[in-house]
Amino acid sequence: MLKSFRIGGIHPKENKLSAGMAIQPIAVPEQVVIPLLQHIGAPCQPVVKKGDKVKVGSLIGKSVGFVSAQIHSSVSGTVLKIDKAMDASGYKRDAVFIKVEEDVWEEQIDRSDELVTACSLTPKEILDKIAAAGIVGMGGATFPTHVKLTPPPGMKAELLIINGVECEPYLTSDHQLMMEKSDEILVGITLVMRVLNVQRAIIGIENNKKDAVALFTRKVAAYPGIEVQPLKVQYPQGGEKQLIDALTGRQVPSGALPISVGAVVQNVGTVFAIYEAVQKNKPLVERVVTVTGKEVQRPCNLRARIGTPLTKLIDAAGGLPESTGKVISGGPMMGKALASIDIPVTKGTSGILIVPAPEAKRREMKDCIRCGKCVQVCPMGLNPTLLMTLTEYEVWDRAEKNAITDCIECGSCSYTCPAYRPLLDYIRLGKSKVNGIIRARKN
Amino acid sequence: MSVILTAVATLGAIGAGSAGILYLVSQKFKVVEDPRIQEVQDALPAANCGGCGFPGCAAFAAACVSADSLEELSCPVGGQETMDRVAAILGQTASKTTKKIAVVRCSGSCEERPRQNLYDGASKCSIAAALYGGDTGCSFGCLGLGDCVDSCTFDAIHINPVTMLPEVVEDTCTACGACVKACPKDIIELRKQGPKSRRIYVSCVNKDKGGVARKACNVACIGCSKCQQVCPFDAITMENNLAYIIDDKCRLCRKCAPVCPTNSILELNFPPRKETPPAAKEKEVPITA
Ligand code: SF4
Ligand code: SF4
Ligand code: SF4
Ligand code: SF4
Repeated sequence: MLKSFRIGGIHPKENKLSAGMAIQPIAVPEQVVIPLLQHIGAPCQPVVKKGDKVKVGSLIGKSVGFVSAQIHSSVSGTVLKIDKAMDASGYKRDAVFIKVEEDVWEEQIDRSDELVTACSLTPKEILDKIAAAGIVGMGGATFPTHVKLTPPPGMKAELLIINGVECEPYLTSDHQLMMEKSDEILVGITLVMRVLNVQRAIIGIENNKKDAVALFTRKVAAYPGIEVQPLKVQYPQGGEKQLIDALTGRQVPSGALPISVGAVVQNVGTVFAIYEAVQKNKPLVERVVTVTGKEVQRPCNLRARIGTPLTKLIDAAGGLPESTGKVISGGPMMGKALASIDIPVTKGTSGILIVPAPEAKRREMKDCIRCGKCVQVCPMGLNPTLLMTLTEYEVWDRAEKNAITDCIECGSCSYTCPAYRPLLDYIRLGKSKVNGIIRARKN
Repeated sequence: MSVILTAVATLGAIGAGSAGILYLVSQKFKVVEDPRIQEVQDALPAANCGGCGFPGCAAFAAACVSADSLEELSCPVGGQETMDRVAAILGQTASKTTKKIAVVRCSGSCEERPRQNLYDGASKCSIAAALYGGDTGCSFGCLGLGDCVDSCTFDAIHINPVTMLPEVVEDTCTACGACVKACPKDIIELRKQGPKSRRIYVSCVNKDKGGVARKACNVACIGCSKCQQVCPFDAITMENNLAYIIDDKCRLCRKCAPVCPTNSILELNFPPRKETPPAAKEKEVPITA
């Protein structure tokens, strides 16, 4: 039997329409808009001003504070302005507008496709390069990678887990990246193992990507310490805590970080970015984005520069279908419906999902019938229906006792509920309130 | 017969014994409550709305009795009258309070502020606000899902079905501040009710640059500072492209409202103006970016 996490989980239709589509680079647009906040943490300070000339890879946003990630120009050209622009959050935030002129890259960046395996840097130097390249968790969480690779004092990682699960339906960007850049990813893994000083790494891949499992099983032989583990197709297999449970049987305690059980999890996309940053001196200026949807003409995997308008990507996939009801940034489970498609690709844009109108509509909420299905599927062992009620009535102390802050916002409960209750919407609200209360208590 | 007698005697004895114990215990652990707490509580409106900052009227009464002075304490529902009565019971003087009222600082009705997308998530402002800026081009304005309405104990705020904006009922609003806390967009403010309920305020919270704000909403403050220039009492501040009228300084002279090119400044309960100043009628709206 294939390994999996032990409680809850669902199996939504996979709908991997763009599977097997080779990653196509998309043309550099005439203008890019690069938000100064593309990660979890403090927004960057712009270091360019109107009229400045930049090249691909030039630093344009400097991180302030530890939990933050540098931002680089993804094109060469002239800075038009620094102004507010809407991003996937649905709010207007500071961004750098750059008019594209030619395609000149910073000299130190190695643009060849050649695989560079040798690396003579010390772990500290590798970590600094990762920080300088502005790498964040590419699975969508966008947590700054150099912070995640710096265990808190007194803690030591003993195992690196590579997340090649891609459990979100529809998305195929990680899968395709694994198929096309397997060696780069494996070199990236050895680099991260050096940083963390661990001897063992496991790549977890959901078993619906049999080709990727086979490919990596063949290739890891040349890389000591790296293993591959196929996993049962079950959502949310790619959740950090679920993945650790599935691969090691260890359970991360409530409220603790994965490092507390000695594990650090990195997404394959992130590892690839680490490879490029360390071996090729290339900062994070582009990423793979899946553009997909049932009515989309050509579902595809595109490599786009950060700051490219989403509309360009949608056009490359055959344009926005007539029937569109919703456009989602990310996958259908954890992605976010967009208020406008006039927004740029950012470091966390793993996919663009175009949902036809009939499917996009939420159904009318009914009363809870106490079927307990939400409790059954919650991978964190929570009681979603109770948490929703507690949030509705603002009973924060009980919500806290019932571990509302453990919710990973996977959406399994809302997906399952036969009464169409917006469980996660409420729980997310309650979670942020309770987190606020906890923070206030600490200060 | 003797069975009955024994039963009565034993039960009687147990009863008397228990009564004795209960009496002693109640004497020993007697809680002496200041009788004035009850008196003060009786003088309060028993709305239990929390507007005073205490969990209910009883807690507020206790706080009044134990406080050295009534300066910081006030019951927004009962107002001056109630606080004077409380002060009389406690032999103190109540501080003078000004009657306030909740004011919704957004005029972006469906007509003035076109909808650009459709929200169909859970019908709660705080949930929508966590997801995005709202269904119009203005990410500061009212979402119209009625968290404020749900929070009001006095049924004093309602969503107008035509404008989709909340409206405050003048006579019922007690200024308890529940809606102010409930609104995730910080749109509602407690302002001085003003003589004859007359008040002037900037009915907009948009901090975008003028051009952006104007594009999203016809009645947005565009930060042109015309009102600030015309105000003789220095009552208007400009911050982040947004005008704000300080009610303590405003003397209700009505000079600012007509100069506002976007009609963002509302005057309530004033008699109609004799002649309409031309500025307010101008169709061409100058936009400062
Ligand atoms: S969204 Fe939260 S409560 Fe709902 S199933 Fe996922 S972890 Fe559980
Ligand atoms: S799944 Fe829905 S109906 Fe069933 S118990 Fe949970 S909230 Fe209630
Ligand atoms: S004023 Fe605030 S709470 Fe009331 S409907 Fe508008 S956004 Fe919601
Ligand atoms: S005149 Fe109107 S638009 Fe201009 S600053 Fe004052 S309130 Fe804003």
